[in-house]
Amino acid sequence: MAQVGVRRGSEVVAGPRPRLERSRSDRVIGGVAAGIGHHLGIEPVVVRIAFVVLTIAAGFGLVVYLLAWLLAPLEPADSAAPRRARDLVRPTLGQALGAALILAGVLLLLFVTGFWFGEELAWPVTLAGIGFAILWARSGEERGVRWPLDAVLTGRVFSSRMLVGSLLILGAMVVFLLANTSLRAAGSTLLAVFVAIGGLALIVTPWAWSMGRELIDERSQRVRTEARAEMAAHLHDSVLQTLALIQRSPEPREMVTLARTQERELRAWLYGRAPALAGARLRDAIDAMAGRVEREQQVRVEAIVVGDADLDERARALVSAVGEATLNAARHSGSTEVSVYVEVEDDAISAYVRDHGAGFDPAQVASDRRGIADSIIGRMERHGGTAEVNSRPGGGTEVVMRLPRKQA
Amino acid sequence: MTAPSRAATGVSVFVVDDHELFRSGVRSELSRTCRIVGDAGTVEEAVAGIVRADPDVVLLDVHMPAGGGRGVIEGVRAAGSKAQFLALSVSDAAEDVIGIIRAGARGYVTKSISADELVAAVQRVHDGDVVFSPRLAGFVLDAFAADSDEPIDPELDLLTAREREALRYIARGYTYKEVASELHISVKTVETHVSAVLRKLQLSNRYELTRWASDRRLV
Repeated sequence: MAQVGVRRGSEVVAGPRPRLERSRSDRVIGGVAAGIGHHLGIEPVVVRIAFVVLTIAAGFGLVVYLLAWLLAPLEPADSAAPRRARDLVRPTLGQALGAALILAGVLLLLFVTGFWFGEELAWPVTLAGIGFAILWARSGEERGVRWPLDAVLTGRVFSSRMLVGSLLILGAMVVFLLANTSLRAAGSTLLAVFVAIGGLALIVTPWAWSMGRELIDERSQRVRTEARAEMAAHLHDSVLQTLALIQRSPEPREMVTLARTQERELRAWLYGRAPALAGARLRDAIDAMAGRVEREQQVRVEAIVVGDADLDERARALVSAVGEATLNAARHSGSTEVSVYVEVEDDAISAYVRDHGAGFDPAQVASDRRGIADSIIGRMERHGGTAEVNSRPGGGTEVVMRLPRKQA
Repeated sequence: MTAPSRAATGVSVFVVDDHELFRSGVRSELSRTCRIVGDAGTVEEAVAGIVRADPDVVLLDVHMPAGGGRGVIEGVRAAGSKAQFLALSVSDAAEDVIGIIRAGARGYVTKSISADELVAAVQRVHDGDVVFSPRLAGFVLDAFAADSDEPIDPELDLLTAREREALRYIARGYTYKEVASELHISVKTVETHVSAVLRKLQLSNRYELTRWASDRRLV
C-alpha cells in the first residue's frame, strides 16, 4: 500500500492539487487516509499513523476519520486508477477481521501498559468501529441488494459477516450502557433509546450509503446506454436507410434529393434540434415541412426563417398554408428549387414561397390550380390573415402570406 | 436560379477544404471557367499556398481543424495578401456563417450550390462585390432585428429601410437583378446596399449582434 501511495504521491507533484476524494484503489477501511494523503501530497501511511495516534489519544482521530468519510466523495469509478488494484485492495472478510484483531491487540497492549484513555468509552467505540468496518467491507458487494432487511427476508444474502458486524455493534451498545454506570444510575431510558438509535444507524448506514452510490452509478450508466441506443437508432433509421436507398436508386435526381434530405436531418440532429422538440416552434415546423416536401417531390427547398414564434393554432395554419404553397410550387412550376422565407415581426408573420419556374397567368388558371390557391387563401383568411399569388408566364410564381399576430 | 455562366476566365482561384474529394470536385467544376492555382487541406498549407500563389479569389471551407476558415483569413491577411475570400460551407450554423464574414470573407454560399452559381459567385467576389446567399441574408436580418435596443453607433448598428428591403428579397430567393427590378433601382445600387450591409456586419459592435452571436456560441 505504501508503494501505491508513493506512485500516487509522485503523480501529483506537477499538476494542481487534486480534490479531496476517498481513494478506491488504495484503501484499508474507507480510503480516507489515501485520499487525504493524495490531496496533501504526503504518504498515506503517515496519515494512517496520525489517525491511529489521534484515536488513541482521545478518540479524536476516529471522529475526524468518520467525518472525512462522510464528507469526502468517493473518487469516480472510471478514474485512472487501474481496476486490478482496486480489486486487490478491497478488504475481504478475512482482511477486515485481521485488521480488527490487530487493532484490538494494539488497544489491549496499550491497556496493559497503562497508556489508556477511559474504560467506559474505549471498548464500545472499538467494538462499534470494528462492527461498522465489517459491515462496510461487505456492503455493496452483492449487486441488487438494496436493504439488509430485504436481503434477510428473501433469504438470499445473510452472511456471517453481517451477523458478526451487527453483533459487534449491538455488543458495543450493551458495553456502553453497562460501562456508564453513573448514567445508568440516573435511570435514563432516554439514553438507552439514543444508544439503540445510534447503533441501528451504524448498522444501516453502510447499506444506505452503498445503495445511494449504486443508484447514482446505475443512473449514469443508464443515461449513457440510452444516449447510445438513441444515437444508434437514429443513425439506423436515417443515415443507413438512406445509404441503402441511394445504392439501389437508378435516378440521379432522386439520389440527390435523398442525400440532401439526409443532410438536413442529420444537421438538425447534430446541432441540437432534437426531433422531440421539432414542431414546438414555428422555425422547426417550417424546417420539417421543407424537409417533407423535399423528400416527396424531389426538389430543393431553401427554407429561411427570421425570428421565431410559438406554434399556436394560427401559426400552425400558416405553416399548413406555406406547406401547401411549397408543394404546389414543387409540383407544378418545373423549377428544381423553391425558396421559402418566413419572417416573424412584432405585429405579423409574413411568409413567401417563391419559385423560378414556368409561372402562369392568374387570370386563366386551370380549375384544379385555382382550387389549391383557394385552399391557401381560404385557410389564411379563416385565421384572419391574407394570401396572394403573384405569377406571370415564364416569370416564376410567388405566394405571399401574412398573418397578423394578436397583440399581447 | 440558373445564373448564366458569366465569362470568369482568368480569375485565379485557390481552393481550401479539408475534404480531398470535395476539393477535387470543385476543381473540376471550376476548371472550365477559372484558373485553379492551387488547393490545400489544412490551415497551415492554405496560408503558405495562398501567399505563394497569390490568387484573386480563395474558396474557403468554414469548418477545418486547427483554426478553421477564420484562421486562414487571419494568416493570409497578416502576410499582406490581397486575395478575396468566398466562404463555402456544408454547415448552415449561424455562428459559422457570421464568424467567417466577420473575419473578412466577402460572401457565403452553401456547398449545395450549382456549378454555374458558384462560378457567378466567384466572379462577383472578384469584381469586388459581395455574395449574399438567401441564408446569409436571413441570418443578418435575424441579427439586426428591428426591435433591438439602443444602437451605439447608428451608422454601423442599424440597417437602413432600403437595405432591409433588399435583404428581404434576397432571403426570399430573388436574384440581385430581380431585386433591382422590384425596387426600381439599378443592380449596381443593390450591390451597394449589400456591400454596406456586409460592412456593418463586419464592423458593428452592437450589443445585440454580439449577444445574438454568443447565443450561438460565437465570438
